[in-house]
Amino acid sequence: MLNHYLGLGAILFTVGVTGVLVRRNVIVIFMSIELMLNAVNLTILAFSRHLAGLGQVSEAMTGHGLVILVMTVAAAEAAVGLAIVIAIYRRRETVNIEEINLLKW
Amino acid sequence: MEKYLFYIFGSLAVLTALLVITRKNPVSSALFLVVCLFCLAALYVLLGAHFVAAAQVLVYAGAIMVLFLFVIMLLDLRHNDIDVPGRNVALKAAGVFLAGGVLFLVGREAAMFELSSAGEIPEGFGTVEAVARLLFTDYLLPFELASVLLLAAIVVAVVIAKREL
Repeated sequence: MLNHYLGLGAILFTVGVTGVLVRRNVIVIFMSIELMLNAVNLTILAFSRHLAGLGQVSEAMTGHGLVILVMTVAAAEAAVGLAIVIAIYRRRETVNIEEINLLKW
Repeated sequence: MEKYLFYIFGSLAVLTALLVITRKNPVSSALFLVVCLFCLAALYVLLGAHFVAAAQVLVYAGAIMVLFLFVIMLLDLRHNDIDVPGRNVALKAAGVFLAGGVLFLVGREAAMFELSSAGEIPEGFGTVEAVARLLFTDYLLPFELASVLLLAAIVVAVVIAKREL
């Protein structure tokens, strides 16, 4: 059963990576990043469940704590990233990532 | 029973994830991502992580995705001519090829694991009490640092999005 959860996490992570690489709308890129973070959460919880099944419960709960902290960081990152998108849109009137290229050499 | 629930929610999660990255309208993408997060919460319940599943629905689907939708509405992104299908076909083909390659490598490594099926879930696994005991005794410092991080994120978000400093 662990293999199935890990495979599903890998598929979701790959879908997220494809979304980041292929799409040009900044908001959709952010959503693909959130998808990647959720795939990682699923992997962590699958391993935690497997470890609990082997009998080590207190070490397995570490995974749950890590997932809570990952969710916290994802929330903070989404807030800051969307604030940056709003600031850029106010100046440049675009959310196309190919036009937000001032830092490109 | 658990196997059928896993396949149902897993396939629904993958389907909605694919729909997230292929829709032209960003509002559609956001709503499909909400459905995907709900499916993932159901999978977390199957893994015995009850508190994390509730936190996922409350925080991820209930706060972060609402923030995404607010920003999409605020910026009024109705003009979906950014990702016109048919442009950058080579880029999309490269993306799919990369995805397939990563999946193949991961699957080949994962198939080498011959793990026995998981045992019974012990009592009190995944409850609020177990997570709280961990976060308030062993990992108190990361917990407090996470609250400082959230404070910093709030200040940063307000300052960056202000019209005039």
